[in-house]
Amino acid sequence: MSSGSALSRNPSEASRSGVDPRLSVEQVSYAYSANPSQAPLFTLEATSFQAKPGELVAILGPNASGKSTLLKLIAGALAPLSGRILLNGFVTHSLTPRTRAQRIAVVQQESLLLFPSRVWEFVLQGRHAHGRSLRFESDDDVMIAKNALAQVGAADLSARSMDQISGGEKQRVILARALAQQPLLLLLDEPTLHLDIAAQVDLLHTLRRLAAENRYTVVVVTHELNLAAEYADQVVLMQRGRCLRVGPPSSIYQRELLEQVFQTPLTVELGPSGRPRVTVLSDRQ
Amino acid sequence: MRPLTLRCLLLQCLILLMILFVVVVVAMKFGAVPVSLYAFGRDLLRFLFGQTSQISSDYGLILWNIRLPRILLAIIVGASLSVAGTSFQALLRNPLADPYVLGVSSGASVGAILALIAAPYFALPPVLSALLTPLGAFLGAAATIAAVYFLGRREGQIDSNTLLLAGVITASFLSAIIMFLMTTVTSGNTRGMAFWLMGNLSTSYQKSVFWFLGIGFFVAAGAIYTTATDLNLLLAGEKEAMHLGVDVPRVRLVVYIAASFLTGLAVSVSGSIAYVGLIVPHVMRLIFGSDHRTLLPTAALGGAIAVVFADTLARTVVAPTELAVGAVTAVVGAPLFIYLLRRGAS
Repeated sequence: MSSGSALSRNPSEASRSGVDPRLSVEQVSYAYSANPSQAPLFTLEATSFQAKPGELVAILGPNASGKSTLLKLIAGALAPLSGRILLNGFVTHSLTPRTRAQRIAVVQQESLLLFPSRVWEFVLQGRHAHGRSLRFESDDDVMIAKNALAQVGAADLSARSMDQISGGEKQRVILARALAQQPLLLLLDEPTLHLDIAAQVDLLHTLRRLAAENRYTVVVVTHELNLAAEYADQVVLMQRGRCLRVGPPSSIYQRELLEQVFQTPLTVELGPSGRPRVTVLSDRQ
Repeated sequence: MRPLTLRCLLLQCLILLMILFVVVVVAMKFGAVPVSLYAFGRDLLRFLFGQTSQISSDYGLILWNIRLPRILLAIIVGASLSVAGTSFQALLRNPLADPYVLGVSSGASVGAILALIAAPYFALPPVLSALLTPLGAFLGAAATIAAVYFLGRREGQIDSNTLLLAGVITASFLSAIIMFLMTTVTSGNTRGMAFWLMGNLSTSYQKSVFWFLGIGFFVAAGAIYTTATDLNLLLAGEKEAMHLGVDVPRVRLVVYIAASFLTGLAVSVSGSIAYVGLIVPHVMRLIFGSDHRTLLPTAALGGAIAVVFADTLARTVVAPTELAVGAVTAVVGAPLFIYLLRRGAS
C-alpha cells in the first residue's frame, strides 16, 4: 500500500468534491469586542474566496490584518457574524468537534506539552476523532500514523521524545499528526515561524506535494511573501480586517499594492521559476 | 510504535491489585493489638474459605470489625483522592494540582461541617440525613474549584502560578472558616478540628455508608474514565484538543463535577488527607506513562495502596497513640511538591 492511498479518503467523496469548490468562504465577517456593550476592538469585513482540492491558498498581510481570525473562522472555531463557510457543502462552524476534526486539521503556531510524549504517540493523537471515546488504537491507526510520519520525512523520529527534537523536526511531526486526521482541509497558522530558511522551503515544498498527492485543500497564513509566491495557487491579501484582493500570485504581487499594504518600499520582479519575487528596499538604497 | 492494548492495561492493574492485597494483609496484621502471624494466616485462610465461625472471637472482632472496615475506607478514600488529583491536573493543565493544594479538600470540609451542623434542623430520615454530609462536601468542593479556577485566570488564560497561589490562599481562608465553625458552633457531632484539617480514618461507619462510597466512587471514576482519551489531548491545551475533535465544554463539565464529587466523597468520611492526589499520579506517570487510559486506573489502585500503607504507619509508629493519616502523607508529600515545583521552574 502506498503512503498516498492510505491517507486519501474514499473515492465517492473525492469525486463529489471534484465538481464544486471544496472550500467556499462566502461573504464572511466577524467582530471581536471584549465587552458586548462596547464598540468592537477588531472587525473582519466581508471576505470571500473559494479553493478546490489540491490547491494551496496563502493568506498574506501585515500584523493585525485579520489573517489568523480568518483562519479560525474557516476552522469553525469562531462563528461568523454574517456569511458562511462551506466545506464540501457543510457549514464548518455547525459541525460537531469530532466531525470537524475528521475533515479539518489545524496546525497551530505552538504546540505545548505538559508531559512530553513519544513522537509516535503524538502522531496517533490525530486518530482521536476517528475512534470512539474509549477504544484502543487499531493496526490501521498505527499504519496511518506511520504513513503520515513517512510522508513528512520524519519516520526516523518515531521513537524519540517530543522534547528532544529540533524546531524544524517538531513542525514536521505536528504536520504528521494533522495528516493522520485524514482531513479534506489542512489549515496552518504561520507554520514557518521559528524555522531556518532551509526548513521553511522544505515545509512549503512538502505542503505543495501533499496537496497534489492527497488532494488536500491547504490554507496557510504566512509572512513569507516569497515562499507564498513560489508555492501558492491563490493568494488572499488582507489589510486591517479587509480582504483587499484574491487571486494567483502574479495578479497580487504588484509593487504599488504591496508597498501600500506592507508600508515599506519594495520591488517586484519575476524569479527564475516564472513566479514573482519581492525584494524589500532598505533606506540605504 | 506499540500503542496501549487492553491486555497490557489489565496486566498493569493486576500487578497493582496484587500489591494492594499484600499491603492489605500487612495492614491487617499490624496494629496496637499484636496479632501473631500464624494465627492471622490461619484466620485469613478460614475467612477466605468461608469458615468464619471457627475464628476466635477476639481476633475476629479486631480483624474483621475494626481493621478491615478501616482498610476498606482507606482504599476508597485513597482511590478517590488520586483519581480526583489526576483529573484536576489534566483539567487545569497543571502538574501540581491536587485537591488538598488547591483548597478543594478544605472547601469540601466546610461543606461537610455545615451539613453536619444543619442536619438536626431538617427532620430527615436517618438514611437521607447520612447523605447530607457527602452532599455538603461535594457542593463545597465544587464551589471551591470554581472559585480557584476563576481566581487563577489572568487575561482569560489559566496561569499556573496564579492558580496555585489562588489555591493556597483559598485553602488557608477555608481552614480559618473551619476553625471558626468548630470553635463557635459545637454541636458535639462534628468530629473535631484535627479530623477536618489533617484527615483521619478512625471513625467507624455503618455498612450502608460503605455501599454508598463504593457505588459513588465507581460511578464518578467511571464517568471520568469515559473521557480518558479526551484528557490526553486536553494536556496540549483546549484549542488544540478542540481541533483534534474533543468536545471541550462537555469533557470539562463531566470531569469537573465527577472530580469534585470524588473529593467530597473522600473528605466527608476522612477529612482532608494531604497530597495523595499529587504524589500518586506522579509516581504512576513515571512508571506507566501519561496516557489517562492507564493513568486513571493505576492511580486509583496506587492511591488505595498509598493510603492503606500510610494509615498503617499512622496506627503503628507511636502505638497505641495514633497519628493523623494526613500527617504521614504530608511528611512525604510536601518535600515532593517542592521538588516538582523546583523542577518545573528550571
